Parts: sequence; C-alpha cells; structure tokens
Amino acid sequence: MRVPLSWLREYVDLPATETGRDVQAKLVSAGLEVETVEQLGAGLKGPLVVGKVLTIEELEGFKKPIRFCTVDVGTANGTGEPQEIVCGARNFAVGDKVVVVLPGAVLPGDFAIAARKTYGKTSHGMICSGDELGMGDDGSGGIIVLPPEHEAGTDAIELLELVDEVLDIAVTPDRGYCLSMRGVARETATAYGLPLRDPALLDVPAPNSFGYPVRVSDPAGCDRFTARTVTGLRPDARSPIWLRRRLQKAGMRPISLAVDVTNYVMLELGQPLHAYDRARVQGTIGVRRAEQGEKFTTLDGAQRVLDAEDLVITDDRGAIGLAGVMGGANTEIADTVVDERSGEAQGTTDVVIEAAHFDAVSVARTARRHKLSSEAAKRFERGVDPQAASAAAQRTVDLLVLLAGGTAEAGVTEVIAPSAPHTISMRADHPDRVAGVTYGRETVVRRLQEVGCDVYGQDSLTVTVPSWRPDLAEINDLAEEVIRLEGYENLPSTLPRPPAGRGLTERQRLHRRVGRALAGDGFVEAPNYPFVGEQVFDQLGLDKDDPNRRVVKLVNPLSDEEPALRTTLLPGLLATLRRNDGRGSHDLALFETGLVFHPRTADAASGNGSAGRPPVDRRPSDEQLAALDETLPEQPRHVAVVLAGAHEQAGWWGKGRPADWADAVEAARTVAREAGAELIVQQGQYGPWHPGRCAELNVFLEHADGVAEDGTEGEIVCVGHAGELHPRVIKALGLPARSCAMELNLDVLAQAGEGTLQAPHISAFPVATQDVALVVDTDVPAAVVEAFLRDGAGELLEDIRLFDVFTGEQIGAGKKSLAYALRFRAADRTLTVDEATAARDAAVARAAEVTGAVLRGA
Amino acid sequence: MSAPNKSYDPVEVEALKPEEIERMRDEALAAFAAAADLDQLQEAKTAHTGGTSPLALANREIGALPPQAKADAGKRVGMARGAVNKALAARQTELEAERDARVLVEEAVDVSLPHDRVPAGARHPLTTLSERIEDIFVAMGYAVAEGPEVESEWFNFDALNIGPDHPARGEQDTFFVDAASLGAPDAAPAVDADDSGVVLRTHTSPVQIRSLIDREPPVYVICPGRVYRTDELDATHTPVFHQVELLAVDEGLTMADLKGTLDHMVQALFGGEGMKTRLRPNFFPFTEPSAEMDMVCYVCRGESVGNPDRPCRTCSSEGWIELGGCGMVNPKVLASCGVDPEKYSGFAFGFGIERMLMFRHHVEDMRDMVEGDVRFTRPFGMEI
Repeated sequence: MRVPLSWLREYVDLPATETGRDVQAKLVSAGLEVETVEQLGAGLKGPLVVGKVLTIEELEGFKKPIRFCTVDVGTANGTGEPQEIVCGARNFAVGDKVVVVLPGAVLPGDFAIAARKTYGKTSHGMICSGDELGMGDDGSGGIIVLPPEHEAGTDAIELLELVDEVLDIAVTPDRGYCLSMRGVARETATAYGLPLRDPALLDVPAPNSFGYPVRVSDPAGCDRFTARTVTGLRPDARSPIWLRRRLQKAGMRPISLAVDVTNYVMLELGQPLHAYDRARVQGTIGVRRAEQGEKFTTLDGAQRVLDAEDLVITDDRGAIGLAGVMGGANTEIADTVVDERSGEAQGTTDVVIEAAHFDAVSVARTARRHKLSSEAAKRFERGVDPQAASAAAQRTVDLLVLLAGGTAEAGVTEVIAPSAPHTISMRADHPDRVAGVTYGRETVVRRLQEVGCDVYGQDSLTVTVPSWRPDLAEINDLAEEVIRLEGYENLPSTLPRPPAGRGLTERQRLHRRVGRALAGDGFVEAPNYPFVGEQVFDQLGLDKDDPNRRVVKLVNPLSDEEPALRTTLLPGLLATLRRNDGRGSHDLALFETGLVFHPRTADAASGNGSAGRPPVDRRPSDEQLAALDETLPEQPRHVAVVLAGAHEQAGWWGKGRPADWADAVEAARTVAREAGAELIVQQGQYGPWHPGRCAELNVFLEHADGVAEDGTEGEIVCVGHAGELHPRVIKALGLPARSCAMELNLDVLAQAGEGTLQAPHISAFPVATQDVALVVDTDVPAAVVEAFLRDGAGELLEDIRLFDVFTGEQIGAGKKSLAYALRFRAADRTLTVDEATAARDAAVARAAEVTGAVLRGA
Repeated sequence: MSAPNKSYDPVEVEALKPEEIERMRDEALAAFAAAADLDQLQEAKTAHTGGTSPLALANREIGALPPQAKADAGKRVGMARGAVNKALAARQTELEAERDARVLVEEAVDVSLPHDRVPAGARHPLTTLSERIEDIFVAMGYAVAEGPEVESEWFNFDALNIGPDHPARGEQDTFFVDAASLGAPDAAPAVDADDSGVVLRTHTSPVQIRSLIDREPPVYVICPGRVYRTDELDATHTPVFHQVELLAVDEGLTMADLKGTLDHMVQALFGGEGMKTRLRPNFFPFTEPSAEMDMVCYVCRGESVGNPDRPCRTCSSEGWIELGGCGMVNPKVLASCGVDPEKYSGFAFGFGIERMLMFRHHVEDMRDMVEGDVRFTRPFGMEI
C-alpha cells in the first residue's frame, strides 16, 4: 500500500513539521512494515508553469518529426513574450494547455534546464511529459495535456502536487484494513494520539425496494451486496488532476473517470467496487457459484474456464464478473470515443455500482486458481470491512455526481445476510500475562477501544471487535493489539529458567566429531544441494536395478534436469570437486555429511498412508502420526569424501604423494573410529568404483533382541564403499584422473559403535618385538592374514603392524610378502625370548593354516 | 701399561711409579687439549678416565701394596685423577661454549620454510556458525532437536496454523514431492501427484511440532537445519538454506522472556556492551503476538545513524540489522500438539544462518556459501 503523506493528512491533523520518515518510525513501531519513504519531486526546482500552445511549426528534414512551438507562459519568463520551445512529442495541438519547464529549472534526477540549440533552433525550455516530472504513468504516452481551465503561467509544481512523500507499506495478511487510507489513517491517529476523521462516516440513504434488482443465491460466499445507480454521466468528463495524482502516487494508472473513481474509493475506504455499464447489464444481477466448465472472459481479455467453487456475478445472460476478483469484458465501462465530425463524445452514461462483501477463502481460491491477482482480490483475501460497503457505494455515487455531472438514482439495493458481531471473552490481565508486563485493566481497555473494540466487564472482559478487524479472533490477537500499542520496544528483558539440560545427544556429538576429524585430516566440508538428475546414476555406473536409482521426485523442481532427491552424496560432492578443479584448485579433499532420501520399500510402507489429514484442533492419535511418518521417505545421514590431485604436497622436504584409494579407505576408518565402530574392510565391487580398487566397508551389527534363532548374535552389514573411482565414471563426470571417493551410512555405522570404552590395562614390563615376513597369494587380503596372526598369537600380543608389502622375482609370480612387526608383552612379568618366539610361531602357524602363508626365508 | 693378574711387588709395579703416573696424567691432559670438538673429547674422556684407562688400572693395583706404599701411591694417583677430571671439565665447558657459539649457528635452518605438506582442512562456516548458536542455548539448558527434511504437510503447515488456503502453501514457495515417487510401486494406489501431502520442509518449524508432540512440557529446544524454498540461486537467494529456530514452552512464559532470550543470544554471539534486540510487530500464522526482530549493529553499535562521517557498511547506517521472526506460540499450535494452552505458553524465534554469516563475516555473495569453493571455506577452520 502506497500512502501519500499529503493524502494521509486529510484524515489526521499531523503536526506540519512531521516528515515521512517521522511517520514511518511511528508506524513501524505500531507494526506496519513501512519499507520505504519515497521523496517525490526531490530536487525539483521551478520555474515549471502552465503554458498555452500558440503556434506549432513542423520542422522538416530530421529523422523523426520535430516541432518548433511558441508557448504562452504568462509572465513566468519575466517578459510575457511567447516562449520558443522545440518538442519531439506530437500529442498536443495549438490551444492546448501544457506543462512548460523554463531555463534555470531543475527536474528530478538533477536534470538542469537551460536554453540550448537543437535541430537548428534554440529551445528555451521544454514541454514536459509525466515521466520527466517523476509523476508515474498517466497513460497518455506523451506530454501532459492539462484541462483547459488552467491559466497560462500558473505554477505547475503546486498544481500537479509534484512534491510529496509516499510511504510504501508491506501489509501483512492480518492487516487487510491497512490496504486503505482509512486503515493507515486509523493507525496513524492512534500512534500520534490524535483524532481520526473517518472517511466512512457518511450519510447513507436507507435501502429501499426500487434499487437495481439483485439476487444473492450464495449468502455464505456473499453476505452483503450493495447496488447503486448513477445516470447521465458526461462521457467526456475527465478525472480532475487531484484525483489522477492521488491514484498515480498510490501506484495506480488513471484510466477513465468512472474507473478512476471506483479505484479512488477503494484506496480510500478499502472496499473494492465495480462499475457496470448499465446499458450492457441485462436484468437482475445475481451472485452464485459457477457451473463447472462455464466459460467467461474477464476484462483483461482472457477467457477463463470456471470451477464449480468460483463465485460469479451474473445477469440474465450469464456471468458478468468473477466475484471479488475481476469484472467481465461484457459489461465493462466503455472507452469514451469522440466523434470526429460532430466532436461529440460517446461512451458510458449510466452505471451500476457494486459494493459487495465476499468470503475471503473463496476469493483467495479463485484468484489462485486462475492466477489472477487483482487489487480487489488482494483486499478480499485479507478481509474487507463489510460495514463500509454502503459508505463506499455512497462515496462513489457522490464523486460521480460531482465530477461527471451524473444523477444519483434514489433506489438503494442492499442484500445483507444477517450476522452478529464477533465477541471475545478475555481476562483483563491476559495481555499482562502474555507480555510479562503489568499494564492494568484501564490501559488494556483503552487500547482495545482505540483499535475500535467495544469493551465491557471488569476482571473478565467482553470484547466486540470492529467490523474492519476480522483478524481479531482469539484472546492472543487482542493481547497483541494492547502490547503493540503500548510498544514492543517497552517490553522488559527477562530470562526464563529452563530445567537443567543434558547437552547434545550421542548422535549429535558424533556428527560434530566426524566433521572435526575429517577436517583435521585435511578435508574441507562442502555441503551440496540434494537435487539430482537420474542420468547421473548412469554416469556413476549403477546397475539398472540398483536401489539408489529409486528416487523421491519433486513436482516442481527448480530445474527439469534435476527433478529428484539424492540417494547418494557423490553426485553433489563430485560436481563440487570438478568445480574447484576447474577454478584452479587441483589438490582436493572434500567431505560432506547430510541426508539422502530413499522411498519406502513395499514392506516398510505397511500402512495405507491415506489416513486423511489429521486434525489441527487437538493432538492427532499415535496411529495418525505414525501414518504421516509412513508416507515420508527414509532419510539416513551419510558421510562422503572425494579426493583428487596430491594428498601430500611436494616441497622442500621432498616429493609429494597423490591422493589414492588408500586415503579414501583411511577416511572411512577415521569416521568409524569416531563412531567407536570397528570397520571390516573387504575387497568389493560397486558401480562408481574401480573394480580392483574398491573397498566394501562393513560393520558387525548385533541383533537388537539378543541371539537370533539361528544362533547368531548379529550380522555383517555393508555401510559403504571407498576407493578409486572407475575410469569410466571419471570420464563421464569430467573428473580429474584417479579421483577417489568414500561414502558411508553414518546412522548404521553409529549403531555399530561400542558403548562406553573400557580402559586398557597398561603393563610396565618390557616389550618383546618379533618381525615376521609371510608370503601369500596376491589375492589374499592383508586384513585376513593379520586377523589370523592376531588369533594365533594369543593374549601376549600387544600390537601388530604391517610395515612392508613386497612383490617381485624373489617371491615369485602371483605372490606377495607381508612383513609384520609383532609386539609382545605380559601384564605380570618380563617375557623371555622363548615365550615371545613361541607366541610368534603360533601366530604364523595359524595364519599359515588358514591363508596358506609361508614364513619367508623359512 | 701394566699387565693384570700378576702378583707383584710394590717396587716392581711399574704403573705406580711417580713418573709413570705423571706421564699418564700429562697424556690425558694433552689428549683433552687436543680434542677439537665434543665428540673427540668424549673419546678422550673414555680413554683417559674410563674403567680401562691407565689411571683407573693403576688405581686398581694400589690395593696390592703394603700399607705405607699404599698411602703414597693412593695419594699420587688421586691427585693425578683429580687434575685429569678438572682438565676434562674445563675442556668440556670450553668446547660446549664453542659449540654454542659456532656449531649450532652453522646448523641453523630457515624456520620460515612452509610445511604445508597436507594442507589444513576446514568445516563449512554454516555448520560451525549453527553449532555456535546451538551451544549458546545448550549452555542454558536447551536440547538440540532435529527432524526430517522431507516432511509431511501436516507438520510443515497444518499444525502451524497455516491452513490449506494460506499463500505460503502456493507453488511459488514450496517444493512438493511427487506422490508416485514416494510409495512402494505396488502398495500405493495412484494418487494425484499434486497431493502427496509431502513437501521439502520450508522452515525448521515442523521440528518444533515434533518436539512438542514427542516431549512433555516444559520443552526447551533449539532446531537447526536445512530448509527449502523455490528461489533461484543468486547473490542473495538460495533454494536450500539453513535456519535455527528456538521453541520454549513452559508455564508462565512471556514476551519479556522472549526478548531476554534474544538479547542473551546476540550478546553471546557478538559480545560486548550495548548488544540488544528490538521487536517490531509483524504477522506469522504460528505465533500470536508476532514480531520481527532486529539486533543492534554489532559493528557500529548504532553510532553510524545520522552520522555521515562514520558510515557503516554492515547495517547501511541503519543502526539495526534484521534477524528474523519471532513471537508467542499461537495457542492453536499448542492445541494441535496436545499441549493445554490454558496452562502453558511459549515463545519461538527463527532466523537464517546464511544471512547471519553474511553480515557477521561480510560475505557479499550467497553463491560463495553454496558452491563449495575450498578457497572460501578453508579460512574458517574448525570453529567460527
């Protein structure tokens, strides 16, 4: 809502010194979002005067038509002589009154006017358009032609009200009444403690039976319909300058007198109005729901197919308006046409004025259904004062009579569905209890009265809310009115005392730890959008039946290329890897933790899911809540890393080292360590990864309910993969060669975590170290060899470490040598060499037995 | 040199002759003097004072002498060993001083050499800023609550008093989830795609609803998380962003408590004197009364207002920075969660982490937070 300060002053006697910024500050603290205060005519300096065009000489030989004019500007130029002005516009004739800016003046935008040579003449000033004066669109498409009654030489700055301030207010949905001057004026008056001149307080004749016939067949959709008729309008009557200027300042375009007047009254009182050309309306005006599929052309020229829920205004032929949204082309006020020969103006002379009240939800749905946002719909959606309808109709009638020489017909139609005013019972101290401030009953009552409420009662108040505040429905709505008028800025600052807390949950602590650990290892976090296109699964080399191809899709994705939600973090993370590489960062280690989304599988989605929409007036039942959750996809948290380029930089210390599969696997181990889970790393094969360099990452999950029927205590579960990416994937996604990646399901990993750590017992006796080198077939995993070495070594083994892997001729083809350092120690004694050797031999024997390992050199 | 394991007469013990002991002493002193560095001195020390050095061996033979000779020889050997040890200590000191003055200097390295062998990693500032805010409230006793990002409309809208006709449910803001993609292919009957009842959550408020439904009051929770709106990515918008919302439901909570909690937060986050918040009336369906909240500009602390000589780029010399929305939980919301609005009241607020990161760290373009460029993230390190 754009509110010109000059117009606002008509209803509230603001001190003359108050600026737009002052009013803004007051209204902001009263809860109106005044976004800007526009300074109209800022920097404008005269002389800017009315001129009468005396002569026009068409200048020939230029690319566009140019006129050399003489203009009578009275004595504004000091001489009284005609002013010589060159002008490129053509929408004026000799004798027209125009707006002339003279040398020495400054137009908005710091545009200084001086006499200047142009098109072979000297132009002493300029004939102005609305744009040049910062007036906004006046629909003329050229220079301003004024009504003939204005004297040449009159100051046009004042005439056109060029200097003003306009408050631009973003009206929240609960403040529909502030989509009017009346509403903003009421807030202003309250904020300043000044009386309000309510423009809706008009003498309105009582309804009678000889007004235009109206039949409302849907009183729920339309609880009030006022119709008035004005006849004998002069088709050539134009909106006066003041009216046009107010509309322009409020952001509307002047169109024709009848339309301008209805718009003006809507701005003033908040009541949307419609003027029908009476000659084009046939018979009784009706209000009903549309037929499903009924066709109707709105006055914007668009043909609409109506829904059975749409409320329409009709005449005997059919729909003539989409109620509260937009009128119809068939009964639109006719454009005035001037007959060239007779000079006679022809157009609408008789109008029927509609001032009705429509159901907010119905209007909102219709506007949304037809994607039609109109000034009327905007107001009805937010609630219009039903009591203002007859005043608004009266005001429209008065203006049409005054400005267009019309005659008001005596008939006054009012169809009203009976309704009681809304009352609320509230304890007088309720606002105090909401605010935490003792206002006292007197203040509460006074503030509510200022809002327009009728208030009765002592400790318990009965509050009747004013017709223009349909948003005041509950006791907290009333509390807000009191608190905001008393000033949010005056609220004290106190701290509640929550019960003692328990800090973060284990899961939350784990998420933080994982991030810190990976960052500590040199990874940089990169959260990505979860939107993916399904072609990325082909690029990642997933099988046709891979579960990750089952995606949750969006109805309205931002991009049709990416309509689905991720089932893996890799697409986003790899895209970020590529982006960084493209920007010149080639040595990269990135990580992300976040949710992925899997549609429920058939057995998981056991409920029928169609439990309907649960209630909102009470807590839904547990079954209803469970049914809601069953419709949601599974959303586990994953963690992923990607690597490319050098993991260790080359430098003065020596050579660098490229990131490789092992770094990816190690990242998984880092995460598992934080989760307190033991990661079982096995050779694997999965879509995106190099088939020879892919680790399958597993954990042992205990059965939730102890030992299962088959005697197992748990099962090995795959939680992810790590390694080097497949060259085909690297090519398909345009990644740096040998890029590596890891992805883990963090939620499952966390389940595998051990509980409270048991502290190790530290022996102070000396350590006995034994090294062994074992030769095994190349395809025997080192992890397996180590596991059986441990198994065989017994409890004297303190630690085991693989320190070398060797392949070569000495070992033989298809073989590899694994060199381990074993550290033995006893808790209670110094081990003898024989004891340590025996333990080593037992370890080797066990590994040999299971893996076929041969002690090297043996 | 004397030969061990030989029974001997004192007179015949060559090693204990005075001139012999003097010679041993002089040889030791000469060797120490000749030692050029501490390593050579260590060798000389072993040779001349060690267990197998001539003086030590001579000393051992004293025991075999008759009493009178024993005393003489003991005195001679003792004096010689004393002189040797003294000379050794003196030379040790001398050489250490020399080492300190010369050798360590020669071993000097350029300590300014970089050692960025594995460049440091970093966590994303949106993560760490969110955690920092969580920690403020955790310290006050709040719990951190989380919830799903793909959420049912009932939690995201209905329970928050955003009815089916609220404009926020229109297509321009919300990502709707396609019903056919959700269910099991066989189990789910063909449903109208527009009406899956499932959306990408448009705020973290559904987590508040879940908290109220799952917990008994008093409830004090802070809900951080990712949210989604259908805005195209540009310098000031992103379709995926982060919010932190707070919810407190207890007996007797007031707007003054809301104000105090906000004041505490900005003081904890921005520190120092004069940090406070301002409430301006506003409208949200899920709170009543509702307010927009601003905080004093933490850079100029309001000093730039009306002071053209000291403009503030952080607040555009407004003195205040817009934070987000807040209010008293609408009793209707409490009712839809099964909380008795007669007994309990509550307050809530929420704001965007991206926006706070922008003004707290002068991030000029939203895309920098979204694109994952390591040059942006790395300087933020582990904590913010």
